[in-house]
Amino acid sequence: MNLLEIRSISLFKEGRPILNNLSMDIWDGHVHAIIGPNGAGKSTLANTIMGLSGYRDFEGDILFEGESIKALSVDERARKGITLLFQEPARFEGLGVSQFILAGAKEKSRALVEEALKKVGLAPERYMKRVVDKTLSGGERKRIELASIYAMKPRLVLMDEPDSGVDIDSVKYIFAVIKELRHMGSTVILITHSPEVLKHADHAFLICAGTLVDKGEMSRMFDYFNGKCIPCAHVGQPSPSAQQTGSALQTLALQ
Amino acid sequence: MNQLDNTAAQTQELSADEKEALLAELLASINQHKFAPDVAHIEIHGNQVLNKNLVEGLIVESETIEDGVKVHIRVQKGVTLKNPVNFCFGLIPDNGVQRIITETVIEEGAHARFIANCTFPNAVNVQHLMNAVITVEKGASLAYFERHVHGPCGGVTIVPVTRVIAREDSRFSTEFELIKGAAGVIELDYEAEVEKNATVDMKTRIFGRASDRIHIREAAHLAGEGATGVLTSHIALKNAASANIENEIVADAPHARGHVDCKEIVQDEASARAIPIVQVNNHLAHVTHEAAIGSVDSKQLETLLSRGLTEDQATDLIIEGLLAD
Repeated sequence: MNLLEIRSISLFKEGRPILNNLSMDIWDGHVHAIIGPNGAGKSTLANTIMGLSGYRDFEGDILFEGESIKALSVDERARKGITLLFQEPARFEGLGVSQFILAGAKEKSRALVEEALKKVGLAPERYMKRVVDKTLSGGERKRIELASIYAMKPRLVLMDEPDSGVDIDSVKYIFAVIKELRHMGSTVILITHSPEVLKHADHAFLICAGTLVDKGEMSRMFDYFNGKCIPCAHVGQPSPSAQQTGSALQTLALQ
Repeated sequence: MNQLDNTAAQTQELSADEKEALLAELLASINQHKFAPDVAHIEIHGNQVLNKNLVEGLIVESETIEDGVKVHIRVQKGVTLKNPVNFCFGLIPDNGVQRIITETVIEEGAHARFIANCTFPNAVNVQHLMNAVITVEKGASLAYFERHVHGPCGGVTIVPVTRVIAREDSRFSTEFELIKGAAGVIELDYEAEVEKNATVDMKTRIFGRASDRIHIREAAHLAGEGATGVLTSHIALKNAASANIENEIVADAPHARGHVDCKEIVQDEASARAIPIVQVNNHLAHVTHEAAIGSVDSKQLETLLSRGLTEDQATDLIIEGLLAD
């Protein structure tokens, strides 16, 4: 069953297509990955699904649980159960970790804060009284943001580069939360460059120049990272905007 | 009742019952009802000292004047006060003037924390005028926290003028908080002279609403070698409120260090102006400043919106953070 349906969406920035007639079905309860080179449109797609400012004016439609969410604001989409883990987490001067974690949670309890912090590998006694500001590293803020998503118990989580800025010893907690979210019934979409992250998905979509190039199970999609690039329709006949991304895809394929 | 009438009323001696009733109302307005016996406190309503409890090493003398009270405060040499000294200044009636003139000396090697609650819960036309001279002697420290509690009408004019002398190796910090109720008109003027290896830290946190008018001037003169000064203003403004913030650090001595931090969130028709002045007159001194004025940060806002908060809820939470102590 589809939780999210992306129906022929195109999004233009300064006249250039960033998403180009893109369609996808996101199955409920699965962990999906969206892979592709820099500038392929992966983050744009996540931002468009979330409805962020600058990503609202697109052609096509997005259906969530069978209903269009195109006209809904970010918070209305979030209240339907969609949320986003930002690639670069925001800093909030003066805002306590506990307050932040509980911001979107239905249950407002200390126990939930402690549970969420433990899930992301942060000791509650060390972090509950801290603030989500510059005194925390980017990796710590990323894990605290993930804790806030865990506490929210969303239906659909978009994770934009969930491992970026997180040290190698702590990334296991990110993977554990992805698994836990799935176990809780959440559907996860991972936006990633990393084969390590891809391992935690059930299947993946490969996009290039805003277009869906391929999709399939993990075993086959790993070829993208193993130098066996799947032929991209844009390579060889790229649009001006696709030229760079097509080249990037070729470069990746050669690595 | 006009201002003069009200001032005259303040000068009348209150009965014990009247004092007790006013004291209860004053403390209730700041959610404070009782102090432990070892906590020093003094409560002043208009020009009347309603109650006073002192501890060893702390001397407080007061003198009634026509529209307020003169207070002399002294923490004796080498004394460290275990608990903060609690001051409560205020007026329960909806109009009137309260002038507080204080002279505070923290003697050599003494350490104290003061908490001042200024409460005007029913204000329609109230003036609170504060003139303070604070001397923190060598090796001493004073942490002064002033919280204002105002009613919803904004009929308060607050004019705190403070002059600080921080002697060698001393520490002085002050924090002015006005978050609940309408600010009204604020004319805050703090100035500090900072001597060798002394530290001064001044912070204001104010939420301006309706037609509040806020003018803040904080200045530190880093006169002694190794002196440090930090001036912080965090202001949130909505409706038609306006703020004018002037933070000034002048460093004259070697190894003096200073920083000015001014952040203002402006919503609706509100307006803000920040003037950070940093002046260095010694090549071994270093002063920095940062100022940010604008609407709520879009990244912060979108993060909270993506958790399901409405725009108003998200904005309130961000402002709450900015104004948090």
